Amino acid sequence: MKSTLKLTLGLTSAMFASTAVSNVAQAEDLTLCWAAWDPANALVELSKDFTKETGIGMKFEFVPWTNYADRFLNELNSKGKLCDLIIGDSQWIGGSAENGHYVKLNDFFDKEKISMDDFVPATVVGYSEWPKNSPNYWALPAMGDVVGWTYRKDWFSKPELQKEFKEKYGWDLAAPTTFDQLKQIAEFFQKREIDGKTVYGASIYTERGSEGITMGAMDGLYSFGFKYENPDKPYEMDGFVNSEKSVKGLEFYKALYDCCTPPGASNSYMGEGVDAFKSGQVAMHMNFAFTWPGLQKDENVGGDKIGYFANPKGPDGDQFAQLGGQGISVVSYSDKQEAALKYIKWFANKDVQAKWWSLGGFSCLNAVVKDPGFPASQPYAQTFLDSMAIVKDFWAEPSYAPLLQASQKRFHDYVVAGQGSAKDALDGLVKDWTEVFQDDGKM
Amino acid sequence: MTEAGLTMLNRTADSVARATPEPLARKVRGISDKGLAWLFISPTILLLLAINIFPLFWAIYLSFTNYRANRPNEVVRNVGLANYKRILGDQDIWIAMQTTAHFVFWTILLQTLIGFTLAWLIDRKFRGHAFWTTIILVPMMLSPAVVGNFWRFLYEPQIGLFAYAISFVTGIPATQIGMLSNVSLAPWSIVIVDTWMWTPYVMLICLAGLRSIPEYIYEAAEVDRASNWRQFWSITLPMALPFIMLAVLFRGIENFKMFDMVNLLTGGGPGSTTEVASITLKRQAFESWRTGYSSAFAIILFVAVFGLANIYVKALNKVKQR
Repeated sequence: MKSTLKLTLGLTSAMFASTAVSNVAQAEDLTLCWAAWDPANALVELSKDFTKETGIGMKFEFVPWTNYADRFLNELNSKGKLCDLIIGDSQWIGGSAENGHYVKLNDFFDKEKISMDDFVPATVVGYSEWPKNSPNYWALPAMGDVVGWTYRKDWFSKPELQKEFKEKYGWDLAAPTTFDQLKQIAEFFQKREIDGKTVYGASIYTERGSEGITMGAMDGLYSFGFKYENPDKPYEMDGFVNSEKSVKGLEFYKALYDCCTPPGASNSYMGEGVDAFKSGQVAMHMNFAFTWPGLQKDENVGGDKIGYFANPKGPDGDQFAQLGGQGISVVSYSDKQEAALKYIKWFANKDVQAKWWSLGGFSCLNAVVKDPGFPASQPYAQTFLDSMAIVKDFWAEPSYAPLLQASQKRFHDYVVAGQGSAKDALDGLVKDWTEVFQDDGKM
Repeated sequence: MTEAGLTMLNRTADSVARATPEPLARKVRGISDKGLAWLFISPTILLLLAINIFPLFWAIYLSFTNYRANRPNEVVRNVGLANYKRILGDQDIWIAMQTTAHFVFWTILLQTLIGFTLAWLIDRKFRGHAFWTTIILVPMMLSPAVVGNFWRFLYEPQIGLFAYAISFVTGIPATQIGMLSNVSLAPWSIVIVDTWMWTPYVMLICLAGLRSIPEYIYEAAEVDRASNWRQFWSITLPMALPFIMLAVLFRGIENFKMFDMVNLLTGGGPGSTTEVASITLKRQAFESWRTGYSSAFAIILFVAVFGLANIYVKALNKVKQR
């Protein structure tokens, strides 16, 4: 009887103890919020090292890109405690800083000797600073990303196609360096029979619902001479957004959509682009760099069959690319800010960043990307570096959402639906953006 | 009720009263029947107040402010009727309303015509009519999310069956049939899917109407040697009309606020050609975060639907009284 009693007592106390231990572990667990995509899976792998080192468990809340902004901005606006750490989009930085969603990291960086000079400058401006170009940091650059292009190297190297192309256009079929060349190549491949299959010129961003067509059209516009505002007079947009060069840029993007995209590609973004390339539908494919590791590994189109090139130059030789990517921030409503800061400190470490790159994440740390072995570390590494050197980003103002909605509508109406002219679209955009800034009291 | 029945009822009530525990009985004794009724329905009323009425009044309040849900720290200012004026003067809003009206009109017209015809055919009670009724009802039982997704694939110009079927009939290459990407075809692609999905619902209501017509009226018409056509116009249609009107009311209200199907199929595109009012509202409220403005738009939509539905219900009542 005594032994039974002892056994019962022992079991009961063990049960209590294990519950208590799991409760402590639960209390220490951090939740990291991000988009559901390939780099997020790499981060899950990487974070296991953090748990091993610190004993702090990591939980993840990943939401598909199409709902990512809706879901997490709602969470931040309602001062929710779901996320302790968030990898928020670059355009959120203004609103999140001004509305107090993110913890300001300057003191923490000073204390832990984390210097922003150690990161790629464009990523610091794009992902961390608000106001822009001021030393106020709200995030640590986490995932460098930029729009670039992939192409079918195997098709480009077919002797019969090279010969035909040279005869037709007078230059060698190779990765384009200007938008004119890009269009010629796209036209050349459009509706061509290759290996018994009809293929098309290029997959470009045309998505209407979130940010797709803006992220795509801007790649053309920037290199053609589009500017968001007068560099000497902030928020003065007339003559910059709708300049003659901008009009030409938008006309070019529409011409590319009309001539050289696969049928039905009227609402195409990252996922649709990857599908079009992977299924062997297109010769070239515009997408954010994060898609490259997955495509490189693909059995049908990866390996030796795929090549990469940075967004081409415009008619005047200007060359820019749309910045993607995100910084990692501590959510100010979290009860576990200390543990969250520990994660940021750990993540900023050089070895962790090197592993991040090797797992498929895109490190923004100079020590990683400027390492002599970096360009040869992956077939797309050099293109990534070249692209990161020419980035420009969309407005990161607190009102970025209505600014983005306006450009989505204006661009889609013109490029996809063919309503009005490029000039009308850009004049309309100036009107919409002016209204937003007037509402904000900035004009 | 008979005397015996009354006595029986009193006895039952008496035995229930005796079975009630004394403390509870003491408490309940002071409450009138009306009070007791209120006690029973008050949880439902409270719930309705919390999830329906309060948000409505809150939205009315917000519609007069510059509130933005993504700026919790900003001072909320009263802007009077500014949001309403801006909406009513906004060309894009009017275009969205026209798109909605176009969608509502064509879906209702097609669903009513096809739905009533199907109901009339099913009502013939041919062999296997029960089986066919079940088959016809299947689309209505599917989730709009599923329907939206699979129709997106069906409409796909390169692999979609729909494009191939049209191509087979017309000879136009399937890759040129961009149902969702073509400005002229996209609105019709949504009308087709909505009609496919909801015609069975209209059919069901019409069938109930047809089955409610007493057989002896037709027998009397036969005696009077009325032709089939005459019977249809003088008996079938007038007597089924209240049911048809009811179906139109239900579908009208539902399609006026249509969101899921449009969002899944076209997302409002290409351009803004299929951007119905609910898509515009969602974009203003949850993408542009203009909460005050979108509240005003929601109130305008609510008043429009409520007003139109009321006028319609009055007409429906008149038809029923005829």
